[in-house]
This record gives sequence, C-alpha cells and structure tokens, in this order.
Amino acid sequence: MNQILQGAWIIPVLPLLAFVIIGMFLHRWPKWAATVSILAIGLAMLYSLLVALEVFSAQPGEVFVMAVPWLNMPGLQVNMGILIDPLSTVMLLVVTIVALLVQVYSLGYMEGDPGFASYFAYQSIFAGSMLGLVLSSNFGQVFVFWELVGLCSYLLIGFWFERESAKEAAKKAFITNRVGDFGFLLGILFLAVLFGNLDYATLEARLANYQNLAVLIPIAFLLFAGPIGKSAQFPLHVWLPDAMEGPTPVSALIHAATMVAAGVYLLARAFFIFSAVPQAMLFIAAVGGFTALFAASIALVQDDIKRILAYSTLSQLGYMVMALGIGAMTAGMFHLMTHAFFKSLLFLGAGSVIHALNGEQNIWKMGGLAPKMPVTTWTFVIGALALAGIPPLSGFWSKDEILLGAYASGNMLLYGLGSIVAFMTAFYMFRLIFVAFFGSSKHDRHAHESKPVMTVPLLVLAVLSFGAGFVGSPLMGNVFAHYITAPGVLHHQPNVSIMAISSLLAMAGIALAWIIYQKQAISHLSLRRRWAGVYQLLYHKYYIDELYARLAAVFVDGTARVLEWVDLRIVNGAVNGLAYLTAWTGRTLRYTEDGQVQTYALYLFAGVVVILISALLVVYTALA
Amino acid sequence: MIGLTHYMILSSLLFGIGVYGVLSKRNAVAILMSVELMLNAVNINFVAINRFINPDQVVGQLFAIVVIVVAAAEVSVGLALIISIYRHRKSVNLSDFNLLKW
Repeated sequence: MNQILQGAWIIPVLPLLAFVIIGMFLHRWPKWAATVSILAIGLAMLYSLLVALEVFSAQPGEVFVMAVPWLNMPGLQVNMGILIDPLSTVMLLVVTIVALLVQVYSLGYMEGDPGFASYFAYQSIFAGSMLGLVLSSNFGQVFVFWELVGLCSYLLIGFWFERESAKEAAKKAFITNRVGDFGFLLGILFLAVLFGNLDYATLEARLANYQNLAVLIPIAFLLFAGPIGKSAQFPLHVWLPDAMEGPTPVSALIHAATMVAAGVYLLARAFFIFSAVPQAMLFIAAVGGFTALFAASIALVQDDIKRILAYSTLSQLGYMVMALGIGAMTAGMFHLMTHAFFKSLLFLGAGSVIHALNGEQNIWKMGGLAPKMPVTTWTFVIGALALAGIPPLSGFWSKDEILLGAYASGNMLLYGLGSIVAFMTAFYMFRLIFVAFFGSSKHDRHAHESKPVMTVPLLVLAVLSFGAGFVGSPLMGNVFAHYITAPGVLHHQPNVSIMAISSLLAMAGIALAWIIYQKQAISHLSLRRRWAGVYQLLYHKYYIDELYARLAAVFVDGTARVLEWVDLRIVNGAVNGLAYLTAWTGRTLRYTEDGQVQTYALYLFAGVVVILISALLVVYTALA
Repeated sequence: MIGLTHYMILSSLLFGIGVYGVLSKRNAVAILMSVELMLNAVNINFVAINRFINPDQVVGQLFAIVVIVVAAAEVSVGLALIISIYRHRKSVNLSDFNLLKW
C-alpha cells in the first residue's frame, strides 16, 4: 500500500512523544515545553494533511488497515493498529487543526500560569490519545484511548485544582463517565465473547451474514452507553456544564470540539452494528433529540457565558446523536466537523473576553465590548451565525442535512423538535451577543483586544466556520457525502423548503433576541417575572443536579449506612465475639490453676490412676 | 510362707499412705515426711524384687542405697527451704504460700 498511509501511525505518536519529553525533561522550561508541544501537533497536522490528500484523491470506500497483534489468546485476538478511511481522515483533520489552534491560543491565555509546562504536557497527551482513538482499528484499542482522553479531561478540568469547584467538577466528570464506560466495556466484552475478534473490518464482515440479530440488541444498547457518557447525552449530561471549570482553551478543545464528539464518532464508526438494530436506532434518535431540546431550553436563561456555550454544545451533540439515530450518519459527521470549528471559535472568543475582563464570566456584567475588542466580537458573531444556521455559513449546511434526514425519515416529531431547537439556538446565541458585546458597558474594567497570538487562531477558525460547510453543500455537489458514507446510510435530495424554514426560524430567533435584548422593546425582566416558574425551572437546569444529589444521598449513603451497620455489628461482632470467647475461656480456666502444688500433685496422681486403669482394661480385654 | 506379693502389698500400702499425706497435709514438714514414706516404699520394692527375681546380684540393694542418699540430700534441701519460707511468712502451712495464685 501507499507509503504515506503506512507511516500514519506517527500522527498520534508525535504528541505522545512530546508529552514524554515535556514530562521528563522540560518541566522547568515552560517556553520550551510549549514549543515542543506545538511543534509536535503542528507536524501531526501536516502529516494529516498529507494523509487527507492521499485519501481524498483515491476512490471513496477504500480502507487502509495496518495492525499488529497486541493481545493474543485462544478465542480472542485484539490488535493495535491504524484504520484510515475518509471518516477517520476527516476526524484527523478536525482534531489536529483545532488542537494546533487551541495550543497556539493557550500561549496567550495561559501566559504566566505556574502550571504552564504541565498544561502543555496534558494538551499533548490529550492530542495523542484523541488521535489514537480516531485511528483505532478495533474496539479494544478504542477503549484504551477512550479512557485516556477521559483521564486527560479529568486532569485539565481540575487543572486549577486549588479551586474547590474545579476539583469537584473534575471528579464529577470522571465518575459520571465511569457509568457510561461500564456499559461500553460490557458491550465490547460481549462482542469479544461472541466473535472472538474486535476489529471493525472483521466484525462488519461477520455481521453481514449473521443470522442471530436478536443478540445484537443488548450489545447495541450497551455500546451506546459509552457515547451517552462521553458525548454527555441526557441522563449523564451533568458533567459537561461543570467541566467549564477548566481553562477556557480546554473547554474549546476537549469539551466542545473533539473529546465530546468522540461518542458521535464511535456511533459512526460502529454504524454497522447500530444500523442492524432498529430498536437501538430509535432509542439513539430519541435520546439525541431529547438532549438537543432539553439543553437548548436550559441555555435560554443561563447567565454564565461559558455555561451558555456548554449547554449549546450539549444541544448540538444531541443533534448529532439524533442524526446518527435516524440513519443520517453523513449528516451527523458533517455537523460534528462544522460544530468543532464554530464551537471552538465561540469558546476561544469567550476566553478572550474573560481574559480581557480578568475572569468575569457573567454576561450581565459585560456589555459594550464591540468597539474595544473588534476582532473578538466579529469572529464571535461569525461563530454564532454559523451555530444559528444562517446561510451560507457552515452550520447552515450541516444542520440542514440533519433536518432533511429527520424529515425524510418520516419522523415528524424529531423534525419538529430539531426545528424548535434551531430557533432556540439562534435566540440564546444572540441573547448572549447583544447582552455581552453590545449595549452599554456594565463594568468598570478597561477591556482591550487580546494579543495576536490569541486573535490569529480566532481569525483562522472564523474562516473555517464560514467556509467549512461548503464541502457538504449541494453547491459543490456534496463531496462530503460522496466520501463519508456507509451501507445503510440514506442520502436525500436537497429540499429547498426545508432550507427556507430552518433559515427563517434562525432569523426569527435572532430577531426576537434583538427585540428583547438590544431594542428592549419587551423588558426581559418583566418576562422573567411573568414566567417565574418556568424561568426558575430552566435556570436551575430542571433540578437534575439536585435530583442526582438527592438520589445519591438516598441510595449511596443508604447503602453505606447498611454496610456500616454490617461492618460494625456483624463483621466486627464476629471478630470481637471470638476475642471475648477466648478471654472468657481463659478467665474460667484460670480457677483450676490455684498455685497450690498439692492441687497439681492431685491432678498428677489422678492422671496416673486413670492411665493405669485404662491400661489394665486394655490388657484384660486383650486377654479375655 | 512370705512371698513377693506380701512385700509388694506392703510397699503399695506405704506408697498410698505417702500419697495421701502429700495431698492432704497442709504442714510442709509433714509433706516432706510423706515423701520419705513413698521413697521407702520404692526401696522395699527394689530390695524385694531383687531378692525374689535375681538373688545372685545386688542391683536392687544398690539402687535402694542410692535412693536413700538422694533422699537424705533432698530432705536437707527441703528443710532448708521450709525454714527459709518460715522466716518470711511465719508459717509452714502450704495454704499460706499463695504468691503465684490468681
């Protein structure tokens, strides 16, 4: 096969090597640490570009696999290797480009931080693990890297671990992900038991003529538990908003663009399993759709700029999962790509604002930033327009593909849901923009534009947010769908009325936000008072965190109390009881030792007499 | 005719009296005397058995003499101990010697 593809294993290895070098030698030289880290991810990006040139000049459907045995035992073989096809190539490009830009941006954002070198070490190991995950050729390897990115997420959320809230958020993220990963691992083990092989290619070939599809139902549901945790879908979504405690570039890279999208990528990778189980597909679509609406509604009323973006990420991830669930795998992956660009742009823009305002995150305490921070403001607006789905920006094309897929699948509920979410998305993004960037200034700090090292990544991402959608638009013959596809993926003819409806909804959302927050024709405070009940419910995120805390208090603490009782009364009781019994026996037997030599002599003679009598008895019975 | 059996009954009786004395007396001197009785019962056995089983040799008598010598030494040590205890406790009653009692 091709020389370039054969060497692609170097892509994840470069950042991992950078991590080792920084960790072992460069801990005391932050500047060098950052240089090595950025150099490694930059080279990885260049190599990814080479790979992309190679893959996209070949025919669609060509898959390159290279693997070495890693674990070999009777009945199970797990390989370590790389799998390169258009799907993984797109992910490679997204991850390396966003990671490179975020690392460059971090040079400015993290400047002077005492943990500068370790920050770049973590960034490197994250990039390496994420690229390893993307290139994995089988479920075993994917699980290894899956856990590694989870670890990096934990380390980076808790990067400012001297803050109590950051520590708690890191633990919450890790523990919540455990729940999902447990199901995921069970699913993988089931596959291993059933097929004795975890390679995607082998599994796909075996499944093609596999009769007993019923056993796939639990497997598909268990595997989906992984994406529920990692992509923060409904019951396990609680960790992602709290993960905003980490440095903002981390939120942009890990908790918006790449790691949280790993769940969606896995759904696309293992699409051949899910698409064989209609029940699971319906469930996936329902979970995704519900998460999209649920998170968007919370984002409508939040005050913290990063939390608004976090709930928006949840909502968009729900969109992607829903797309996968209705079989529109191409649309889901397309949205993943465009979302990675515009959402990391939005997060980095928010970071630039927070940086300028010395850590202020409440949008009501911002305002009037547009004249002082023109680059940040206008790139942020481009990102928001892309997210809202205004043509011809990238988000429009990908969101439209998903809505089209939902419409064509015949599930009008999901289509309606997606359209409402599109409206809400436009509204909450422009609420954020009008409140935070325009209007009168509500702070006394001297805000100023960030340094070029931070604004240049913003500009690059703005260009990508604007233009990345064209690869999947009908204007360019939908090249994206030409390459990213799988058996069972449906493609639909572009539908102009759906495009029109979604853009109108987005513009209506922007207009409403303008009327309320910019023109202030309707007072948002009076709205808040009139709908106080709904407002409180949304503001407190449907009280899900409180509910979980209560459930944990009842079940976890209850179990702990029962176990404590068992430990104290039964386990300790048994041990102490044995000790008391021994002590009691000793105390009682002590009375036979009265210290009188005569008593001992009496025992002695009594013993002799007993022995004599028994000896005589034995002799007599032997004689008789 | 007086045979071996008579001697052995005699020695058994003596031994039994000695045991009874050792176990029942509280006076340390009386106990030492009872121990002497038991030793002498054994001596009678030695001599009698030597006389009736193997009259040509004098092994039993030799043993009896050794026992008498050892008994004399034992009594002297024992009496010395009793006197020493008496000086501390003003008593030769064994029931009063309860230092090791619980």
